[in-house]
Amino acid sequence: MVNLANPTAFVELTRRVLPWLAAATTALFVIGLWLSFAAPPDYQQGETVKIMYLHVPAAWMATFVYAVMTASALGTLVWRHPLADVAQKAAAPLGAGFTFICLATGSLWGKPMWGTYWVWDARLTSVLVLFILYLGLIALWRAIDDPGRAAKAVAILTLVGAVDLPIIKFSVDWWNTLHQPASVFRLGGPTIAPELLWPLIVMALAFTCLFLTLHLMAIRNEILRRRIARVTMLAAVEGDRLAPGLAAGGA
Amino acid sequence: MGVSHLGFIVAAYAVAALTIGAMIAWVVLDGRRLNAELARATRALDGARRGAKGARP
Repeated sequence: MVNLANPTAFVELTRRVLPWLAAATTALFVIGLWLSFAAPPDYQQGETVKIMYLHVPAAWMATFVYAVMTASALGTLVWRHPLADVAQKAAAPLGAGFTFICLATGSLWGKPMWGTYWVWDARLTSVLVLFILYLGLIALWRAIDDPGRAAKAVAILTLVGAVDLPIIKFSVDWWNTLHQPASVFRLGGPTIAPELLWPLIVMALAFTCLFLTLHLMAIRNEILRRRIARVTMLAAVEGDRLAPGLAAGGA
Repeated sequence: MGVSHLGFIVAAYAVAALTIGAMIAWVVLDGRRLNAELARATRALDGARRGAKGARP
């Protein structure tokens, strides 16, 4: 069993796992895109339903990544896992990216279907709040120099922001919204035709694998960043130790 | 399917491709830069250690 709390062991594990994950991501995207373009048009929306194969997986990932960050925040504050804050920091830009795809594709889907790019409806607004939360967390990481203090502040803000996740999920049930209600993850099963559902599932798996691949790479990068800081500090200490000796020798 | 709708579909796929491309580029380029920086920092540390050893009486 690999000790995942050990950064060196974790980096070694990612080195072995990443090529397989990257290959699976590529294969799933190729299959998913092929199925998406081969899928029949929707009886109401026509070919614009093709935007769903990007918009819905991106929306799922936007909330899933935040859920991962919430678990990492608990890992930082409660269990003090050495890689929890690293995982959280690495996930934020990816979550922001998926949320941006969700908002942009939703807007491009909304114009032909609703007649408008944007409406201040509960679902759209709560997802916009999620995007702003991601940007705020990234900014907070950069604003505090001490990584330990930054990790705690970001973890607390992440936990506070987690209240947005159920609001996003249930906004279409709690309020009267222009956005359609849940049609896949709902009691009673999906209401989407299987010809449209299968490409959606494959694309969702592709987005999930993409996140896992990029997240592992970003975690590895963050471990490298901290290693560089440590090595640079050690070099400075060695230099300081050398400097008095040289000064004494020169005197 | 109207041409205007085709434009929306193409735009949605282009935005997604560009964003995913930017995410991949960010992670890959950051990794390369950090690996080079770590190698430089390790060389600096080795140099400092050798210097400290040489300076010892």
